[in-house]
Amino acid sequence: LHGCAPVWLEIMKWNGWGYSDSRFLFNKKGQAEFTGKRYRLSGMIIPGLKDWFEGTFGANLQHKTPPTPLLTNTAVPPATLNEAFVEEVKSTGIPFSHDAEDRVFRAHGHCLHEIFALREGKIGRVPDMVVWPSCHNDVVKIVQLACKHNVCLMPYGGGTSVSSALECPPEETRSIVSLDTSQMNRILWIDEKNLTAHVEAGIVGQDLERLLNESGYCTGHEPDSMEFSSLGGWVATRASGMKKNIYGNIEDLVVHIKMVTPQGVIEKSCQGPRMSTGPDIHHFIMGSEGTLGVVTEVTMKIRPMPEYQKYGSVVFPNFEQGVACLREVAKQRCAPASIRLMDNEQFKFGHALKPQVSSIFTSFLDGLKKFYITKFKGFDPNHLCVATLLFEGNREKVLQHEKQVYDIAAKFGGLAAGEDNGQRGYMLTFVIAYLRDLGMDYYVIGESFETSVPWDRVLDICRNVKARIIRECKDKGVQFPPLSTCRVTQTYDAGACVYFYFAFNYRGLSDPVHVYEQVEHAAREEILANGGSLSHHHGVGKLRKEWMRDTISNVGMGMLKSVKDYVDPNNIFGNRNLL
Amino acid sequence: MLKKRDDFEDILEERRTSSDLRYALRCYTPVLYKGVTPCKTSVLKSMVLQSDQLHYVINQVSKESGRAADDVREEASAILEEMAHSLQLSTVRFFAFMLSKVFKTLFRSICVNEEGIQRLQQAIQEHPVVLLPSHRSYMDFLLMSYILYTYDVALPVIAAGMDFMGMKFVGEMLRMSGAFFIRRSFGGDKLYWSVFSEYVKTMLKNGYAPVEFFLEGTRSRTSKSLTPKLGLLNIVMDPFLKGEVFDVNVVPVSISYERILEESLYARELLGVPKPKESTSGLFKARKVLSEDYGSIHVYFGQPVSVRSLAEGRVNRCQFNLVPRHIPRRPSEEIQSFVNDSAYRLVRAQEENMVLKPWVLLASLLLQNHHQNRAAGQKPGMALDELTTQAVWLRDVSRQYGAFLHWPDHTSPSEVVSSGLSLHRALVRVCEGRVQLAVEQGVYLTVTPEEELLSQAVVVLSCASYRNQMLHVFVRPALLASAIHIASSNQKQEVFNSFSFLRNMFSSEFILCPGATVQDFEEACYLLVKTGVLQVTQQEVLVTERGHRTLAFLTSMLDPFLQGYQVRETFSVSEDTETLTEKQFIPAVRKVSLCFSVCTSTLHRTLLRYAEVLSSDLQKNALAALQRLGAVRKIKGYVGFHHPCVPGWLD
Repeated sequence: LHGCAPVWLEIMKWNGWGYSDSRFLFNKKGQAEFTGKRYRLSGMIIPGLKDWFEGTFGANLQHKTPPTPLLTNTAVPPATLNEAFVEEVKSTGIPFSHDAEDRVFRAHGHCLHEIFALREGKIGRVPDMVVWPSCHNDVVKIVQLACKHNVCLMPYGGGTSVSSALECPPEETRSIVSLDTSQMNRILWIDEKNLTAHVEAGIVGQDLERLLNESGYCTGHEPDSMEFSSLGGWVATRASGMKKNIYGNIEDLVVHIKMVTPQGVIEKSCQGPRMSTGPDIHHFIMGSEGTLGVVTEVTMKIRPMPEYQKYGSVVFPNFEQGVACLREVAKQRCAPASIRLMDNEQFKFGHALKPQVSSIFTSFLDGLKKFYITKFKGFDPNHLCVATLLFEGNREKVLQHEKQVYDIAAKFGGLAAGEDNGQRGYMLTFVIAYLRDLGMDYYVIGESFETSVPWDRVLDICRNVKARIIRECKDKGVQFPPLSTCRVTQTYDAGACVYFYFAFNYRGLSDPVHVYEQVEHAAREEILANGGSLSHHHGVGKLRKEWMRDTISNVGMGMLKSVKDYVDPNNIFGNRNLL
Repeated sequence: MLKKRDDFEDILEERRTSSDLRYALRCYTPVLYKGVTPCKTSVLKSMVLQSDQLHYVINQVSKESGRAADDVREEASAILEEMAHSLQLSTVRFFAFMLSKVFKTLFRSICVNEEGIQRLQQAIQEHPVVLLPSHRSYMDFLLMSYILYTYDVALPVIAAGMDFMGMKFVGEMLRMSGAFFIRRSFGGDKLYWSVFSEYVKTMLKNGYAPVEFFLEGTRSRTSKSLTPKLGLLNIVMDPFLKGEVFDVNVVPVSISYERILEESLYARELLGVPKPKESTSGLFKARKVLSEDYGSIHVYFGQPVSVRSLAEGRVNRCQFNLVPRHIPRRPSEEIQSFVNDSAYRLVRAQEENMVLKPWVLLASLLLQNHHQNRAAGQKPGMALDELTTQAVWLRDVSRQYGAFLHWPDHTSPSEVVSSGLSLHRALVRVCEGRVQLAVEQGVYLTVTPEEELLSQAVVVLSCASYRNQMLHVFVRPALLASAIHIASSNQKQEVFNSFSFLRNMFSSEFILCPGATVQDFEEACYLLVKTGVLQVTQQEVLVTERGHRTLAFLTSMLDPFLQGYQVRETFSVSEDTETLTEKQFIPAVRKVSLCFSVCTSTLHRTLLRYAEVLSSDLQKNALAALQRLGAVRKIKGYVGFHHPCVPGWLD
C-alpha cells in the first residue's frame, strides 16, 4: 500500500527544501541560475551570485560536495510494527503505509543537521508507519487505537519544522506512527456574516489562501513557510505571519480549535470573540507542539482580499538609524502590513540575487540610483541598510499610509528606494531555503534562527549575537570568516522580532555539523543573555528544550507537565518536544 | 611556573639621540575602536547629561528632595564640569617635550615590552579597552600617557583623585592631558555616582578612548599591591554585563621602578609624619630629586583580559532582563563576587609581570640579616662576599618560583651586587668589606630616642618596600613554610589548618583572593615540591634535607608581619581601654609600640626588633585581621576589644 499522497512526494525533494524542479545551480559558464517555473526568479540567470558566494565564503566552484543521489532502502531501519494496531487500522479503511520512502520523508524537518544527514544518506530512527486520516473522525479512531495498543503517535503537517520537532526520539521503543494530516485539507464552511472560515487543519498555507481567494477572502496569515506549512502546524507552534501587523499572529486569528487527545476531544462550546472563562484553553493547545494531541479543525478569522498592495523600500545610512525608524513606526502604531529591516550584509546578499537585467536602460538606472545614494547622499555602502515594506488596503489609504511611513523614515535619514527593491526583499524569503541547498553543494552550511526582544535591546542583541557567531566559528576552527547577518522582521508595541542568518564554509572541518551545532548553541545562549526570548515563532521542539526551565520557571514547567500528565498519561503523543 | 615574557625596548634611547621638539610635534594618528572618530568634550558631556540613566536619577532625586528637576540637572552639569577631562593634543605634546627632558635626567632607561603595545593596539581596535596600571608613584599616569603617545596608541582618559585639583595649575594641565577627577568619597550621593558612572561608561562604550584607572585606588606606599578597589571595575564591567558592548578588554600594566622617587616620603608617611598636601610649590621643591639617579623603569603591558571570558560560566547575564537597564541597581551578590575575584586576578596579573632588580634580593637578605643580628646582638651587617653568595642563591631560587628577575647575566655577580648597592647608597653602607643598613650612623640629626628610632625606621621601611616587591613571588610558599613552622605536627590537615589561619589573617596584607584557600595551598605545595623543599604525601608534609635553607628564608620573610600582628594583639591586651575611635587607634598603637621599643623591658625590645611594626599600613591591616577573626569589633567608628584576644598562635 503506497501512501495516498504520492503527488506530494514526487514533486518535493526528499533531501532538501521545496519543489524538485526548483533549485539553484551554477551552470557550465559558472553563472548561477534558478530552475523551474514556480517563482519570479525561476529560469533567470543571477550574475552577481557567484562572486558574492565565493567572496563571502571563500568557496570555490571546483570544490563540490554533492548529495547522495538516491535513497537506498537498505539504509532505512526496518519498521517495528505493532501488528494488532496495524490490523485494526486496516479494518477502519484509513490509508497507511510502511514504505521506506514515506517513512523517511516524515522523519525530519528542515534543521541543518537533518538535511545534512539526508544528503549523506544517513538515516536515523524513522517512523515505523504512516497513516493518512481524511477527517476529524478518522483521527479520533486512530488516537483511540493508539491508546489501546500503546503506540506512539507523531502528528505531521507540512514538515517545515526547524526545531527538531519531527525527529523520532531514538529511545522510543514502541512502534512510532506518523499521523500525516495532509488529506484533511478542506475548507468546511465560510461564514461571511462573522467573517470566519472553518478549515481542516491539514491544509497548507498556499492552498488555504488560494481557496479563500476564490471566494474573495484571505486569512492574511503568511509565514515564510506558507507554501508548505499547515494550519495545524501553525497552531501547534504558535506561528507568526509576515503580515501580522494587519491580520495578527495565529493566536489572534483562531476563533475555535478542535483537538483530539488521548482523553478525548477538546473544544469550546461557542465561538464568542472573547471569553472570560478561566485561562484560555486555546493557549494549552497553541504551542503544544504535538505533545497533547492532533489539531483537526480550526475556525479562523478571514478578511476580504485587499484591494490594493504596494511594495516599498527605504535605504538608511546605517542599521542604528533603521532600527530607530522602526521603533518610531511601532510607537506611532502605523506599521504597514509588513516592515523588515535588513542589515548591511543582508543588503549585499539581496543585491547579489538581482537577476540579469534585460535592458541597458534598467542597468543605467541602477547605476544612477547607486551613484545618488552613495556619492550624492554620502551613504557608506558598507554601512547602509534597507527596510522593505508592504502596504495593503484600499488604494487611497495605502498611499496615505505610505506617505506617513516615508515621512517618519526621512526623519531618520531614510531615502525611499523603490518598489522593486521591496518586492525583491520579500521574494528572498521564499528562495533563501533553496539557497541553503546550493551552499551545501559547495561546502557551505547555514541556518537561520529567530528571537523576540524589547526595543531597547534590539541593537545590542544584533551586534552581540553576530559577533558571538563570528567569535565561535573562529574558536571552533572554521577556516573562513562566516556570514553572520540579521534582520528585524516584525515590530510590536514593546519590542521586535529579530532573525539571524549564519553560514560558513566548512572545508577542513572533520565534523562540520557538530561545529555548526556548537555555534548555534552559543548564539542562543548569547540571545538569552541579551534579553531575547527562546523563540518568537519557530517553537522549542527538541532543539531548544534545555532552556525551557530557565525560560518559564520551575512552576511554569510544573504547570505544563501536569497538563501533559492529565491529557496524555501514557505519552501516546511521544515526540518529546517542549518539556 | 616560568612564563614566557616579552622582551623590552628602551624608549629613552631614541630620545637621547634625536630632537625632543620634533618628537613632541610629530604626527600622531592613533587608531581608535572600530575606527570611531574622537569626540569633543562638549559632545561627550551632553551625551552624558542626556543619557537615560542620568535622566532617571535626576527625576528620582528631584522627587525625593522636592527640588526642581532643572535644579538637579544644573547640579549634575556642575558635577560633570568639575569631573570631565578636556584632553588636548597640544598639552600632551607639551608634556611629551617636558617629560622627555625630565625622564632623561632622572632615569637611565624606560623599558617597554613592544609586543604588549602591539597587543594593546589590536585590542583597542576590537573592543573598548581598560588600562590597569600598578600604582607606585605619582609618575605612573604621566608615564603611561607618555609611552602611549610614543607608540602612537590612543591616549587614555585617566581617573584621578580630586586631591590633585588642589594644585590649580597642575590640575588643569593634567585635565588637559586626559585626567578626569573624582571625589575620594561620595558614599550616598546618588547623583554624583550616577554622573560619574555614566561619564565613564559613555567613554568606554563608544570607544572614544581607553579608560585608565588604578585598581589599587591609591599609590602603594609599601610596594606591596593593595587590596583592589571595586567601584570603577564594577562600572567598566557593567556595559559588558548588560550587553551594551560585546566585550571589554582589560589590560593590566606593571610599572616597576628600580628606585622609587617617593621612597623616603612613603616611609615617613607610614610612620605617621603626615602626607604633604599636594601643592604646586611643593612640586617645585621636589626639584632636588632631579639631581639623583633613579635607575630604570620597566613597563610591561600584559595580556589583554577579556571580561567576557572572565564572566563565562560565572555570571548569568539574564539577571538584567527584567528591569530596564538604565535604572541603577545595586550589583547582585553574584556580580559582586565576580568583580571581586576578577579584581584579584588582575592585580595578580600586574604582580606577575613586575620586574625585580637584583637590589630587591639584596634588600631582602640585608633586612633578614639585620633582624637576626639585632636579635642575637651581633655585629651589624654582613660581609660583601657573603651577601653576593647569598644573592646568587636567592637569584636561582626566585627564578624557580617564577620571578620576573632582571639579573644581568653577562656581568659577574659581585659587579651586579655592587651596582645595586651603589644606586641605593642612601639605604646601605659598605665599610670594611661589610654591608649594613644605613641605620646606625644617624642619617638625621636626632635628639630624643623616639626620633632616633623613627629615623632608623625610615631606612628599614624603605628597604622593606624593596623587599616587598618580591613578596608576591613567595607569599604562598612562605605562608606554607610558616604554617609548617607553627603546626603541631606534620599531618597535612594540621598544616593546612595553620595555612588557612595564616592566610585568613593576612588576607588584607597580601593579595590573597578570598575563597581560594585550597588553590593557594595547592599552589604553595606544588612550588615547594617542585623545588625540592618538601615532600607531600596523602597524609603528610615533610621537609627535605636540602629544603631547610629555603624554608628558613621563607619563614623569616613573613616574620616581620607575624611580629607586627602580635604587637597588635599585645597592645589589645595591655591597653585596657574598651573603646577607641578608629582615628585614635593607629597613633595609639604606634605610641605604645614606640614606648615598648625605646624604654621598658628587654622583652619588649626583642619583641619589637622589627621597625616595620611601626608602619601604619601594617597596623591597619592587622586591625582588619583582628576584626575578621572576631577579636575586635568596630562599632560606628569605634574599636572595641573582646577579651581574651587572639588564640595564642605564636606562643
